Amino acid sequence: MRGLFQLTWLEIKIFLREPLGAIGTLFVPVAVFLVVGRAMNRGTGTPRTPGGLEFMQTGLPVMVSVFMAISAVISLVTIISIYREGGILKRLRATPLRPYTILSAHVLAKLLFTAVTLTMMILAGRRFYPAGLQAPVISFAFALLLSTLAILSIGFVIASVVRTARFAQPVSAIVFYPMLGLSGLFVPVEALPSGLQWVAKLLPMTYVVSLLSGIWTGEPWSAHLGDLAALAIAGAIFVAISARVFRWE
Amino acid sequence: MAVSTRSVISVAGVRKTYGQTVAVDEVSFEVRDVEIFGLIGPNGAGKTTTMECVEGIRKPDRGSISVLGLDPFRDVYQLQDRIGVQLQQAHLQKRIKVWEAVHLWASLYKKPVSHGERLLEQLGLADKRNAWFMTLSGGQQQRLFIALALINDPEVVFLDELTTGLDPQARRAIWELVRGIRARGKTVFMTTHLMEEAERLCDRVAIIEHGRIIDVDSPQGLVDKHCPDRSVVLTTEAPLAEERFRALRSVTDVTRDATRFTIHGRGDGFITEVIQCLAEHQMRVDSFRTEQPTLEDVFLRLTGHSIRD
Repeated sequence: MRGLFQLTWLEIKIFLREPLGAIGTLFVPVAVFLVVGRAMNRGTGTPRTPGGLEFMQTGLPVMVSVFMAISAVISLVTIISIYREGGILKRLRATPLRPYTILSAHVLAKLLFTAVTLTMMILAGRRFYPAGLQAPVISFAFALLLSTLAILSIGFVIASVVRTARFAQPVSAIVFYPMLGLSGLFVPVEALPSGLQWVAKLLPMTYVVSLLSGIWTGEPWSAHLGDLAALAIAGAIFVAISARVFRWE
Repeated sequence: MAVSTRSVISVAGVRKTYGQTVAVDEVSFEVRDVEIFGLIGPNGAGKTTTMECVEGIRKPDRGSISVLGLDPFRDVYQLQDRIGVQLQQAHLQKRIKVWEAVHLWASLYKKPVSHGERLLEQLGLADKRNAWFMTLSGGQQQRLFIALALINDPEVVFLDELTTGLDPQARRAIWELVRGIRARGKTVFMTTHLMEEAERLCDRVAIIEHGRIIDVDSPQGLVDKHCPDRSVVLTTEAPLAEERFRALRSVTDVTRDATRFTIHGRGDGFITEVIQCLAEHQMRVDSFRTEQPTLEDVFLRLTGHSIRD
């Protein structure tokens, strides 16, 4: 893993030099969390609508976290495509850097940004609604990083199959956002028609949402072994696929 | 320059296909110690494929390659510490700073950062240390790639289409740098589709076309072998000029446009003979120049078409 930390640190610095990407990744999720949260409770601590409290306390943080994970993946797919198209991947590979070190650096950078954004969101949440957030923060952070890793593996498959940087972003959006609709984030999976329930059970996002909501609301890890197993299997399958089809140039 | 015949790279019978397309076939050549060796040919001839097989980036379907006694594909990581590579059309991250790239490379090759800083100075990039890669000119980017290729103090340096897209001034500056690499006792293996570049820079060249090596020799050696004809172009109003030129032993043809003669001939004594003839008959000459064939002509002779087609 020669060069992993140098390269990770360098990629972090380079990412932060692009103002739009940096703001979008680090601050937009926090801003959404605060704006939506405040719109719902008007700063009084009591939500305006029935069910609002539950949404604020569980739905919103989980939703923002899932979006954070997806935006990390889309950003990774885009960067990999741009690097491939520009011959950057090829140039890095013609050094003592091992191929997996180059990709791991990007994964580490993305996980770090996710952790930072999550920390800011939780701090902002503590500051703005003191009564609302009693979640097990460390466990949740861990669950979010695992979830991000699992869907990053799908990102690698997309980055392998989509050749040009221009299409990388829209293709990833088309893959990930519809998955959200069935993931239980907006409508509980049990409330879907039975056909769609089957589809939902095949989608990794469903297990991401189940894991994150559960851990956020204080359920023990042992209640979510199924989710973890599903994500591990999905991750292994997608990593195996991308290891076969990934292209460096 | 010390003359050496020790082979640093030897390539024998290499073939590489991409699907149905045969990129290179039966390619064999040797690169000697401390020479600038050029692989020349038009775009798509197989230059980059050959070079990337030698660098260990691609695996040939057939044939054997040895670089510094190593198998480049099998021993790629061992080899990487001893070679420096500049790839065609490669880029770095848009917003990486020059010094960051140099420091990263230095750490990857376990070399002191000061060596990289010294290279930046030697290559005239010291004042661009803090510039982002995307803000560098084409010539500056290429100089940075040369710096990165030299950072591990390699024994062999690979330069693929180094000056493509550069203006003539930047190109000449890069040529000087490449001569400087040889002067430090390193072997340079380069590709180019610019015949002038090969002629001015390379000690020996291999001409490649449609994936096959046509001939290998020094540029002058190739010219002497394949295009031995020289010509003299002169203007004179002297009477009987054409007859006298035609009578010379080494002259093969004379063409005339009013008082302007083009005299074709071959052999070492050709030009001397023409000059002696002029002196002997006290012919008044208003202009005189000799024309030497170039690698461009050699290429045309060997392939039947110009390299630009």
